[in-house]
Amino acid sequence: MIKHEEIQRHTIAVLVDNESGVLARVIGLFSGRGYNIESLTVAEVDAKEKLSRITIVTSGTAMIVEQIKNQLRRLIPVHKVHDLTIEGPHVARELALVKVCSTGEKRVESLRIADIFRARAIDSTNESFVFEVVGATEKVDAFIKLMEPLGLADVSRTGVVAIARGPNPI
Amino acid sequence: MAHHDTLNGAEILLKALVDQGVEVIFGYPGGAVLPIYDELFKQNRLRHVLVRHEQAAVHAAEGYARSTGKVGCVLVTSGPGATNAVTGLADAQCDSVPLVCLTGQVPTHLIGNDAFQEADITGITRPCTKHNYLVKDVNDLARIVHEAFHVARSGRPGPVLIDLPKDVVQSKGEYQPPSKVKSKYKPQVKGDIKAIEKAIDMIAHAKRPIFYVGGGVINSGPAACQLMTQFVRMTGYPCTLTLMGLGAIPGSDPLFLGMLGMHGTVEANMAMHDCDLMINIGARFDDRVTGKLEGFSPKSKKIHVDIDPSSINKNVAVDLAIVGDCAHVLEDMIKVWKAKQCRVDDKALKTWWKQIDQWRGMDCLAFEGSNKLIKPQYAIKRLYELTRHRNPYICTEVGQHQMWAAQYLKFDLPHHWLTSGGLGTMGYGLPSAMGVQMAHPDALVIDIAGEASIQMNIQEMATLVQHRLPVKIVILNNQYLGMVRQWQELIHGGRYSESHMTHHPDFVKLAEAFGAVGLRATKPDEVDGVFKEMMAVDRPVIVEMLTDASENVFPMIMPGMAHNEMVLGPEDKSRDKPGSEEDGMVLV
Repeated sequence: MIKHEEIQRHTIAVLVDNESGVLARVIGLFSGRGYNIESLTVAEVDAKEKLSRITIVTSGTAMIVEQIKNQLRRLIPVHKVHDLTIEGPHVARELALVKVCSTGEKRVESLRIADIFRARAIDSTNESFVFEVVGATEKVDAFIKLMEPLGLADVSRTGVVAIARGPNPI
Repeated sequence: MAHHDTLNGAEILLKALVDQGVEVIFGYPGGAVLPIYDELFKQNRLRHVLVRHEQAAVHAAEGYARSTGKVGCVLVTSGPGATNAVTGLADAQCDSVPLVCLTGQVPTHLIGNDAFQEADITGITRPCTKHNYLVKDVNDLARIVHEAFHVARSGRPGPVLIDLPKDVVQSKGEYQPPSKVKSKYKPQVKGDIKAIEKAIDMIAHAKRPIFYVGGGVINSGPAACQLMTQFVRMTGYPCTLTLMGLGAIPGSDPLFLGMLGMHGTVEANMAMHDCDLMINIGARFDDRVTGKLEGFSPKSKKIHVDIDPSSINKNVAVDLAIVGDCAHVLEDMIKVWKAKQCRVDDKALKTWWKQIDQWRGMDCLAFEGSNKLIKPQYAIKRLYELTRHRNPYICTEVGQHQMWAAQYLKFDLPHHWLTSGGLGTMGYGLPSAMGVQMAHPDALVIDIAGEASIQMNIQEMATLVQHRLPVKIVILNNQYLGMVRQWQELIHGGRYSESHMTHHPDFVKLAEAFGAVGLRATKPDEVDGVFKEMMAVDRPVIVEMLTDASENVFPMIMPGMAHNEMVLGPEDKSRDKPGSEEDGMVLV
């Protein structure tokens, strides 16, 4: 039966009209039907056609994920729904701004780790850095975990944006 | 200088409604919609029915829409006017009824300021409408109205709400005719021909097939119902209908097994359970139909035809899915069947029908008569026999009377049965009947009601009288919230918590107080006479039948049970078995 099936994470790209209320429709669909949202990003991608792209990371059984996509397609301002996870290879990236407050050896160590992760310091004071780190969710997670003992003070993440590999648009 | 075709927003709105074929608006005026009502006053193309509560306006529009196949139209004011309409919109959403609901809104500069009679109605109705709009610019108004009607009637139909700030309907703008508006919303109507060919192959080779047909065929229109009947008769396969599908094929056809589901017939439910091929056309595997999912038709392959892809594989995983409009898909199915010169497996089909006839022989809808008390089943049977020659439109409220009506009435025509299936809205029947009668002034329109449900929208009696709508209301009065009492008797140890109504109005006097006719039957031998008198009157009538309070609706699939585990009647001992809670799910 349904509930014994394996739960999998899917990254879904949704192209919508950039009009007021469209995000509320998408989020309301997820909360109203009890679906998970692990991450959601949205921004306009085509100013001329007034289209926004929403990237949703969700998880569920195959039947639930199929439901999620079909329910999204039912929304009138939704034009395209693509499951990047099953439609072929894709790249997914997340950006995080990470504030670390420390002095002395810990401060030096945080810079060293930032270097390994190719994170840039985009703000600094005598007792703090703000690092900008970009990568897959797992990389961002790892970076933040390593910063914890080094004075991690604040985190702001964009959530995942994703796009299919190869020449074809969605 | 104003351009020659510059109109104010209210004029644009009414022009757009006329261009969309609207003839009747069900509504209620108020501050925010006064400019629109002012324009209504000045014209005579659109009729307006003044209801007594906004919920009733929406149900009336549903009745109008479901009995005509057109889009129903509602006009209410902002704030409480709009929030009162919400139940009706949710009802239309659940039962896929095409509506356009126009709500007034405070002027745009006051939106978000907690102004008088302000409610965020687009926010409130987002989950219970197919789509909604807030019009911020009068020059978008005509386009939005045309698009709203297109969205309401296309694909799987549903209610669409348009929120109209007062300043928008007062300012001047340009009108656009429907031909100038292109909508991006284009649902798939033609089914995939490869899948249809595969379906025909499966159908031709089935040994124990059943058609399981739902409201999608009714919504697809009279042509779809004709094609459905044709296809069922071509194959000679048994066919069951859902509550929403009654009338999709003639109720008197010998291939029709009766309604299926929680209160379906033995033959329909057993055939669903034992079939080897289930052909679902326009039904959605609702929990009231499937019962326990683990025990639902375990041995069958399943074909599902639906216009809404999200209905497919939602509750029940199927072997073959066809997305498309029922009429188109059925037309192609019949074409392929004929082209391939398909023949059914006569021998297997004969054996299958022999088995079905055995279940039929149990006569599961038989009930014990009485010459002292009016049995509700008897009242409905007599109503059917005395009115069938006039092909009445039947509306119902929600509860036991609704299920008895579904069991004992036979519908030979589609669009003549109007009931709140998905949402189960008590108070649906009377206003819905009002809408039907507006669309069909000469037809016999009957609301079958319980004494509890009818009181949820009883105020509409005044609307019936004002607009001279001769709706007949038959109240089966058993002094209880009957379906609640039945569940309490069967599932909650006979503890009748708050299901007994000890005080009711005198319905005969109440009818008279409204200016309608009141009739009453208290004994079985009065039933026929009262129904005949009811039919003879050309005015709204309330008929009160005092019925046996202890009757329950059978057969019944108890919550958590499967199709082959029906309780057949009060003597059936299997009713004492507790239903299992499926995978820890609480079943309602």
